[in-house]
Amino acid sequence: MRLLEYQAKELFKEYGIRIPDSIATKDIESGRKAAEKIGYPFVIKAQVPVGGRGKAGGIQKCHNQDEFELKYPEVLNMAIKGEKTRAILLEKMSEYEKEIYLSLFLNRSKRCYTIISSAEGGVEIESVKDQVIQEVGLGEVTEKVAKEVGEKIGLAENSIPHFVEILQKLSKLTVEKEAELTEINPLVILKDGSMMALDGKMMTDDNSNFRHKELAKYQEKTELEKKAEESGFSLVELDGNIAVIGNGAGLVMSTLDMLTDSGGKAACFLDVGGTATTESVYEALTLISKMKNVKAVLVNLYGGIVKTTIVASAFLKAYDEKVIVLPVFARLMGAESEKSKEMLKDSETKLSPSIEEAINNVVMEVNK
Amino acid sequence: MTDIFKLLKGDGSEKQPVIVQGITGKFGTRHTKLMMEYGTNIVAGVTPGKGGQKFENSVPIYETMKEAVDATGSKISIMFVPAKFFLGAAKDALEAGIKLLIAIPEHVPVQDAMKAIEVAKQKNAIMIGPNTPGVMIPELIKIGIMPASPFKFGNIAVLSKSGTLLYEIGNNLSTSGFGQCITLGIGGDPINGTRLIDAFDMVKDYPDLEGIVVVGEIGGEAEEVFAQKVIDENFKKPIVAYVAGRKAPKEKRMGHAGAIVMGNYGSAESKIEMFSKANIPVAKRPAEVPILLAGKMEKK
Repeated sequence: MRLLEYQAKELFKEYGIRIPDSIATKDIESGRKAAEKIGYPFVIKAQVPVGGRGKAGGIQKCHNQDEFELKYPEVLNMAIKGEKTRAILLEKMSEYEKEIYLSLFLNRSKRCYTIISSAEGGVEIESVKDQVIQEVGLGEVTEKVAKEVGEKIGLAENSIPHFVEILQKLSKLTVEKEAELTEINPLVILKDGSMMALDGKMMTDDNSNFRHKELAKYQEKTELEKKAEESGFSLVELDGNIAVIGNGAGLVMSTLDMLTDSGGKAACFLDVGGTATTESVYEALTLISKMKNVKAVLVNLYGGIVKTTIVASAFLKAYDEKVIVLPVFARLMGAESEKSKEMLKDSETKLSPSIEEAINNVVMEVNK
Repeated sequence: MTDIFKLLKGDGSEKQPVIVQGITGKFGTRHTKLMMEYGTNIVAGVTPGKGGQKFENSVPIYETMKEAVDATGSKISIMFVPAKFFLGAAKDALEAGIKLLIAIPEHVPVQDAMKAIEVAKQKNAIMIGPNTPGVMIPELIKIGIMPASPFKFGNIAVLSKSGTLLYEIGNNLSTSGFGQCITLGIGGDPINGTRLIDAFDMVKDYPDLEGIVVVGEIGGEAEEVFAQKVIDENFKKPIVAYVAGRKAPKEKRMGHAGAIVMGNYGSAESKIEMFSKANIPVAKRPAEVPILLAGKMEKK
């Protein structure tokens, strides 16, 4: 899961990585109390699970209460790249000499953890030319390696021990929490050479959630996403009006791509998985019936081990019980597709021989 | 590199023996039957606590992989166990001498996959997966959960991150006259026992190979690294690619644990750009794959 800045910083603190004084708040009341504790001036930072919030105005300085009263609601009601502000972090302003970059991430092609560090921090790392990259196997960082990285990015001698300490703590955090990415950008160097994490980003491995009950409090899921998970589906809610269902993540992504190419807008990505049953597909249709803004449903199934007749039965049941009232456009291929077409021929489902045709039909339907 | 064709075919005199880990579970039982129907030579199963019993009154079940390997001499195993038992089962197999391990489980933690890969490297074994549909040589051997019907024997290798897209594109290829010499599921996880480049190494020198189809998706940089390798090695046989997730939102996991774009890392644009540098056409739709492949074949 993608942790918010304040959540990552809570973990930084737990692992002994220094962070500025800060308090996370969710409404103006708690914001005011936090403002008193922190004391002016401070910054307010929108907590969103997406990058680029600074440019979008999600970070604002507050020098006094008037500014705070004006800016807090503004940032709280903001959406950045479609993501609503989840919370606001009030943070003491820090004086520092220099910003640098440090992260540990799972290098998928090399199949090992990798340190990235740079003398340039506070900007997107992709845009930085001088990066030091160091592979570190399963994520353990020795003192020697940490020191070498610090030297390579040209740190002053009095900063090296601080850097080594932070990098080793970051490594411990990454390995123990099974993160795919932990990033401090910027990591700032103070006058005395010590360091502090001004920002924090973490992405943990969802497949290891069962071993990390302590992270469950950070899990953010909508009601629909929770229901989907219980039924064994993958659901991503999107902002269009055509619900997209299929079996297999690749096939559903492919359907979403083709739909978008044809001018359609998906309301969701719903993968019923490789082990779909009549009950689970029925469950999926129930979920979709609860989504707002959906005007039509697009179904793309490749029946293999999962027979398409299983899906056809789920549709008939859903029509019977008035779960679906929306127009449905479907393409059923593979195992027993002839039989399922026969089953659905008197129903409301409009069947197409190809996904391309089903997409054209659904786009016409929502645009009429 | 261990030769996967040799492992799957043997010397051709008899079918290669395969062990099933987790043979008595619901999923394992169902797919063991389907593999047997396809003609795969399942010789043993392993389920701790059920040693001494028989699967379908014919296949002996053992307590451990060591017992199963000692009794059968098999070098191939397919695993159907819950994700949290994956690492234990993988070590059990690799330490018993398995040289080709097909790891079906989905939702395996990344760190467990990395640890299993370390063991596989030490033992000079191939692990395919986790989260793979498996591997097959059509009309000869199927070690996996893919349906039989989409695949026909021929001379195209299909390497895919996605399961259902492998079936869909396999079917498109078969009906267009492009049979397959091997179809291999890389898996949709961030960390793969057999990466796209490893799979390329396994198939590129196969004498009858006429072309390769790569079914990629957003996330990671396997496609980019693959394309670079094709350029570096000046590989000349036709390759066609497909990339799913061009229109997926960033920073969201799209069903597969590995299907996520972070910044530009893992984006479809980046993959398509590298494919085009390697002179590999990228289909916009699955149905376009055989058309592009036919075009590549003509030009050759």
